[in-house]
Amino acid sequence: MTLTANEPSTSGTSGPAGEASQPLTAQEQQWVDQFMDETTLFLGPDPAIMRSHQITSRSAYEEECISKGVDPIKVDRIRKRLAGALDEGYEMCEAMGAAPGAKWGDLTTAIYTAEGDVTYLSCHGVIAFSAILHHPIRYIMKYWKDEPTVGINPGDGFIHNDAWYGNVHNTDQSMIMPIFRGGKIIAWVAATIHEGENGACEPGGMPSGSETPFDDGLRMSPFKIVEKGELRRDLLTFLQHSVRDPKLQLADLKVKIGAVQRIQERVDSIIDEVGVETFVAALRVTVEDVEQEVKRRISELPDGTVSFNQFMDSTLKENILIKFACKVTVKGDKMTVDLRGTGPEILNRAINSPLCSVKSMMMQAILAFWWPDLPRCTSAMSPIDIISDEHTWADAGYDAPMGQSLQASFRGFSALQTAFAKMQFSNPEKFSNVLAPWFNQINTFLWGGLTQHGDQVGNLCADLNGMGGGAKAFRDGEDAVSPLFCAMADTAEQEVMEEEVPFMQLVSKRIVRDNQGFGKNSGGMGYEMIVAAEGTPMWGFMTVTSGSKFSSVTGMFGGYGCSTTPLAMVKGINIYDVIRKDSSKFDLSMERIMNEQPYEGGKYTTSHMGLQFDVAKDGEMYMIAQGSGGGYGDVLERDPEAVAKDLELGRISPKVATSIYGVVWDPETFVVDQEATARLRHDSRQARIARGKPYKEFLEGYVKTEPPKDLLYYGSWGDDTEELTATHFTNNGPERVKATIDKLPLIMLPDRREVKISALEDRIRELELKHGEVVHRKS
Amino acid sequence: MRIPMTEYLIIDLDTERWNCKVCDHDLGDARGNYKEGTLVYDRDPTEIHQSILDPEKYEFTFAPDPTFCRILEFYCPGCGTQLETEYVPPGHPPTVDMLWDIDSLRETWIKRGTKPEVVINYGPGEEAVADFTPALGSYNTHNHSPHSFS
Repeated sequence: MTLTANEPSTSGTSGPAGEASQPLTAQEQQWVDQFMDETTLFLGPDPAIMRSHQITSRSAYEEECISKGVDPIKVDRIRKRLAGALDEGYEMCEAMGAAPGAKWGDLTTAIYTAEGDVTYLSCHGVIAFSAILHHPIRYIMKYWKDEPTVGINPGDGFIHNDAWYGNVHNTDQSMIMPIFRGGKIIAWVAATIHEGENGACEPGGMPSGSETPFDDGLRMSPFKIVEKGELRRDLLTFLQHSVRDPKLQLADLKVKIGAVQRIQERVDSIIDEVGVETFVAALRVTVEDVEQEVKRRISELPDGTVSFNQFMDSTLKENILIKFACKVTVKGDKMTVDLRGTGPEILNRAINSPLCSVKSMMMQAILAFWWPDLPRCTSAMSPIDIISDEHTWADAGYDAPMGQSLQASFRGFSALQTAFAKMQFSNPEKFSNVLAPWFNQINTFLWGGLTQHGDQVGNLCADLNGMGGGAKAFRDGEDAVSPLFCAMADTAEQEVMEEEVPFMQLVSKRIVRDNQGFGKNSGGMGYEMIVAAEGTPMWGFMTVTSGSKFSSVTGMFGGYGCSTTPLAMVKGINIYDVIRKDSSKFDLSMERIMNEQPYEGGKYTTSHMGLQFDVAKDGEMYMIAQGSGGGYGDVLERDPEAVAKDLELGRISPKVATSIYGVVWDPETFVVDQEATARLRHDSRQARIARGKPYKEFLEGYVKTEPPKDLLYYGSWGDDTEELTATHFTNNGPERVKATIDKLPLIMLPDRREVKISALEDRIRELELKHGEVVHRKS
Repeated sequence: MRIPMTEYLIIDLDTERWNCKVCDHDLGDARGNYKEGTLVYDRDPTEIHQSILDPEKYEFTFAPDPTFCRILEFYCPGCGTQLETEYVPPGHPPTVDMLWDIDSLRETWIKRGTKPEVVINYGPGEEAVADFTPALGSYNTHNHSPHSFS
């Protein structure tokens, strides 16, 4: 079913049980509503709340407050003081948080209107939360406010993590507390931290191996864990019992409570100064002003449609291709984002995402990469319609696992970030630079097991924050600069981590030669990391990303995208023993180790970047690299001196300098031969003209009516069809099907080990037949 | 009036044609898909993103798998500038990546009353200067048609 997910939220009307099938009288409807309210079996995620990203309409009290007059200067002062208070709360979480994510800034603090619209977020942290944290508050207001067994009182605090009730993903845990005046809720304050460990089927909170929603770990709907200022020990114990790291669960709950209470104190002093009504009016006016300004900015963009398709190459268990389709249409002050054509959900893989999480990353693009000057409000996306088919992997149903939902939600980010370069190019009024795509994979190691201190833990390395930035229209992208979701996140001090966990990064932050988004301006490059554990009875690593067969970001305006990134491993040796014996062997790089295979007895393998929790014996090496941002502009326009500099620094190989950038230089001095370079580039352009085919002729030879036969492809094939192509595994094996989303069979993939065993069995039978060996087997 | 729509593509509102910013080559109807006026090449992605790990030994090498991924390169037939690239599965139709409402574009610029080459830049910051004058300047300073306003 196709939904335009921009309907106003209604409070207190339709419940999760749905609507009656035939018209009822008003009295009958009232009875039904009362009956349903009193007897609903399960208060699950409410579609009326979860499908809406629009701000609520003004409440009567807000109307009353605003009617008494709004002084824009005063509102601005209140907003600045709120920003200060939220930043203070943010810094408390960052300084005191136990979660690695907290230490690197993967968190946010926020203030909301009484109805739950995010009014302002901390200046640091993850902006995506501004599109998502209204959901749990609307749920709390709708279901718990008047529920006799729950209720909302001053000093109460609600926790939640489940993205089905509104979250970026399930590793993030919130502490949400109301602000009361005169017995009435007038605002909310919250802190949300990427906690990592959440009791999922694998450590670290983002299981690439989850095959059902129940493998995803804690599924906290919003519930009251702080009652009148006191943390409930019974519920805390339940949570600690449900995760691998009980110490972390307690510590960060206290940190978040402390941060929220500090923000509340600051709010109290603002209210004491300006009065409740002015404060409430300021919150509401901010939300409304941002909505109006967003409409104005949309109207400044040229009318038209920009389309951008992405293809993701992995379920994190096997390689497939699944499409993320996106068409952005601007007409006047209306913008529509149409995701139809996106591939179906895969019901036993972790890559699916609820639509709300995809929207949160769209908001990340809007508020960090389109209009970073705006207050971070729910209303920044309010005027944008989003059209999406339910049960696609970017708009998954309730039964789909979503342990690694970032795979879909980050594509939502890239869709809007990439499209905007074209949307805004001709607009004189820009609030951000024209930019090639940012790298969009969290290439890092998740880890878990027993530490050298005997603690059971599960979490991840901060290197996910080392994404390469996209090239700008006027300069190269920055290497390993920041994750797309948090401009000021840190890649952390590895040495500090090593005090707490039993592994070392033997190679950390070494740029991988040629791992560059080539262009007139090149994308920021990624670095490699090599880890190995030692001295623990049980330890393991995971990786949770795609992009090993199909580049995960493209280039811009003639530039190229990023390379693909492999996972490489050397098993069966202990690198620490090798180094202890001969320290000269410490000259490590993924390229050298894998190509030279210098360690005798080692098993050298590569794979895609979906590694389920893998037990690491002492000294076994795991190697990955960050990807790069996309390149901008024609490679033949790159300043030859910049190419020579990259060569001299070892950032690119001579082959790339010649074959991609068309530069000739003196290998001794790295001095560019300008004339020879001009000749080579001229010849390269002529070669393009000679080999390129006119568009229509090219299409006749290139375009096929369906994907290659053996490719597991999911999504529309081309953009002019409503049907999705998918491979459905039946009793008779794989069958390709083509249908609209509502008519597609449920898509599940077979166990990859069974597939491998079956192929090996076939091979054995083939060899037995070939060699005439008769084997009697019983089934 | 001529409007730069991307780094290499201009829309001429007078002729309603796409043009190459570098050589002024006519790339087709501005109300349609500029790619129709380009030359296209199906690039094996391993030629661009070359293997760093030995492809004889390993399946995953930093180079994309050409059975999963192709790079379509779109060239200007006049000067050979690479106007755009697109990463697609083998045989997947190229995306029509931009379609603009030309009437609205013209109306907007008339209403703005400013010269594109003067007011368009790459966004905030001292470095973000775009110089479209060589491609637009002389043209936009003359009245070529009733649609030109400058």
